[in-house]
Amino acid sequence: MQPLIRTLIAAGTLTLAASPVMAQDLDITITNLTHDTYFTPLLISAHSGGHHLFQPGTAASSHLQAMAEGGDISGLAADMTAVSADNQENPAGGLLAPGGSTSFAMVTASGNDHLSITAMLLPTNDGFVGLDALSIPTSAGTYHYTLNGYDAGTEANNELIVSGGGTPGILGIPADPTGHGGTGGTGVTSTEANTTVHIHRGVLGDTNASGGVSDLDSRTHRWLNPVAELVITVN
Amino acid sequence: MKRKNLMRWGVPLLGVTMLAGCPQNGDNPAMVSYEVTVTNLTEAQPLSPPGLVLHRDGYTPWQIGSSASDGLEKLAEGGDPTPLLTEAKFNPRVRATRADTAPILPGTSSSIIIEGNRHPTVELSLATMLVNTNDGFTGLAAQSLTNLGLHESVTYEVPAYDAGTEANSESAATVPGPAAGGEGFNSVRDDRNSVGGHPGVVSAGDGLGDSALDVSHRFDNPVARIRITRLE
Repeated sequence: MQPLIRTLIAAGTLTLAASPVMAQDLDITITNLTHDTYFTPLLISAHSGGHHLFQPGTAASSHLQAMAEGGDISGLAADMTAVSADNQENPAGGLLAPGGSTSFAMVTASGNDHLSITAMLLPTNDGFVGLDALSIPTSAGTYHYTLNGYDAGTEANNELIVSGGGTPGILGIPADPTGHGGTGGTGVTSTEANTTVHIHRGVLGDTNASGGVSDLDSRTHRWLNPVAELVITVN
Repeated sequence: MKRKNLMRWGVPLLGVTMLAGCPQNGDNPAMVSYEVTVTNLTEAQPLSPPGLVLHRDGYTPWQIGSSASDGLEKLAEGGDPTPLLTEAKFNPRVRATRADTAPILPGTSSSIIIEGNRHPTVELSLATMLVNTNDGFTGLAAQSLTNLGLHESVTYEVPAYDAGTEANSESAATVPGPAAGGEGFNSVRDDRNSVGGHPGVVSAGDGLGDSALDVSHRFDNPVARIRITRLE
């Protein structure tokens, strides 16, 4: 009995020693599935367990807020670099249009076995497409995932396009790359009921290009989850 | 106001674990135990105290396309998990039932531990109402945990379902949550009488004139995240 137990323990030790994930060679494609909503520059980060760009049910960091309200990924990228993550910043070279894809290769260091992704949904107040610490598959193959739209919980979704609205603390949607937005809305709401990161309830919009409550168009700017497709090929 | 609504939803028995069924011949007599954490991912839809059922194969609290049980109707219309759990306790395939003690507000999480006798198949069901709806709910129906190892965790992100037992009028008289303070359970079934995916709420902000709901009560899927960790 005793030798058997000892053998099992030895085998377990061997397994543990072999378990840290080795460097991985990945090909990644991200596709914007929305009808009329752009992704601002994407941040893709491969990192060790226990780190996050965001966590649902938890208040956004100031760097997440800067990304979700204004599309600025520099703070989040620096946060992840500080924990030895492998980052891919802005692979689409700017905005990723509805229906568009971006593909890139990533080589991840040993132990960077989780993947997180963010990009602002534009035009929204503080909406973003997100992936929180996916455990990267280790067997060679192609894996498909879908990503949801989140609300950073840092700004009321007033749905008004306001120059300078991308700066944290300035209420408003900073820009409308779709060209389908309007002006002169009175504002959908001035409050944010859930001030933690949560699933975005979607935009309301209206059909009045020069008034109404929203500067967004209810016929084009709405979406349903999922908002993105992620394909990971483990080589 | 809030307290009154809580009362209307029906506060369940305080965290009492009720074991149902005795170990049968051939059952492993050892116990299994799970910590279940529910996070509310919505903007403004409190979740009623979740009801949990630990069971073997052959039980489910609802089935898409089938009519809701009376217990599910009471949970989905009024937020009271007790009748659904009482139904479950009469099923010999059920090992344990448990209800959380308070609603889970948007952006918050609640953890509850459920344990029962081990069986070669282990499944978990969970149901909770989106209280600012007529009969919207979410949860897990007979999710297998058979292959979840000791100390392992698994996370599910779950969509909103519609019990199909009450028309989605969104009126102040029929929505029990804090947005409206209306009636909870009503035995009249004036909808299609089958469980399905929830179509979402319209809200007054989107032009449903007599809706008691505003834009904050709109939601998209998933509406909750459920993390399950096997403790024993």
